[in-house]
Amino acid sequence: DSIDAREIFDLIRSINDPEHPLTLEELNVVEQVRVQVSDPESTVAVAFTPTIPHCSMATLIGLSIKVKLLRSLPQRFKMDVHITPGTHASEHAVNKQLADKERPGL
Amino acid sequence: MKDSLVLLGRVPAHPDSRCWFLAWNPAGTLLASCGGDRRIRIWGTEVDEEDEYECVSVLNSHTQDVKHVVWHPSQELLASASYDDTVKLYREEEDDWVCCATLEGHESTVWSLAFDPSGQRLASCSDDRTVRIWRQYLPGNEQGVACSGSDPSWKCICTLSGFHSRTIYDIAWCQLTGALATACGDDAIRVFQEDPNSDPQQPTFSLTAHLHQAHSQDVNCVAWNPKEPGLLASCSDDGEVAFWKYQRPEGL
Repeated sequence: DSIDAREIFDLIRSINDPEHPLTLEELNVVEQVRVQVSDPESTVAVAFTPTIPHCSMATLIGLSIKVKLLRSLPQRFKMDVHITPGTHASEHAVNKQLADKERPGL
Repeated sequence: MKDSLVLLGRVPAHPDSRCWFLAWNPAGTLLASCGGDRRIRIWGTEVDEEDEYECVSVLNSHTQDVKHVVWHPSQELLASASYDDTVKLYREEEDDWVCCATLEGHESTVWSLAFDPSGQRLASCSDDRTVRIWRQYLPGNEQGVACSGSDPSWKCICTLSGFHSRTIYDIAWCQLTGALATACGDDAIRVFQEDPNSDPQQPTFSLTAHLHQAHSQDVNCVAWNPKEPGLLASCSDDGEVAFWKYQRPEGL
């Protein structure tokens, strides 16, 4: 049974935002259209949009998406969680931290 | 079995942080450690205190975590790889160690390093999915590469790009055959060899082996056996260690 974007989105849509009493879906931080999956290639890419460009919770939000996916998907999947280009002041630094498997303490 | 592994000493080497990697120098007199505190520490023993290790130097040049350190095979030279995208080299000066070169060029974290058998070249691998080969140029070199003072200069003489599809976590240079092996986040192991008529100042390397799915998850480390040519070990996020036999293909 092949994994698709809807299934990935279902895993992350209800994650709570660290600061507001709303989910990432309700805040438009995650959207199904920004999820890309290739089951045959075992790759998942999720672009998330912080609510404001200087959001200090961006790394934390990215990590919570990453952890949810790591715990839910088969181990063969390669995960790429990054900030929607142009939506955060420190997107390069945050993306780099999210991509480093030694750093976020996972 | 009780006393077969006995503690000699313990040191708080990288306070409030993680220590990622260790390397003994070829003479066996020094140990270099590196960690998340961005520092490298060099440890040695006092002349008459064989089992007591003390910190001989703290190197604070990198601006981010240091991932890996490696000693030169024959010179008292240490190289380090960092999250700050650079490689740095250190040598002893009087009673302390100093940074004598910074190698820039990688576009993301440098994960690992390996010297070639002669020690004249250094290979680095990175999150930018490339391998870079750097060559040492001594002051007064024939090629006219500028050096500052008495320190050698290091120049990037070759970049291997387009071969790896994810982060390259480790690189190993076989001291017997000169073959270069890489460990990649795309689960593959690759081997490269220098082309036979390659110009030493602008060498070309060819891919001589590419094993997809060498492991079922990221390959973290590769190591050539120091005595048996072509014997390679690898390890992975999947928890497995694998042993491989490499033979240079005919005509490559």
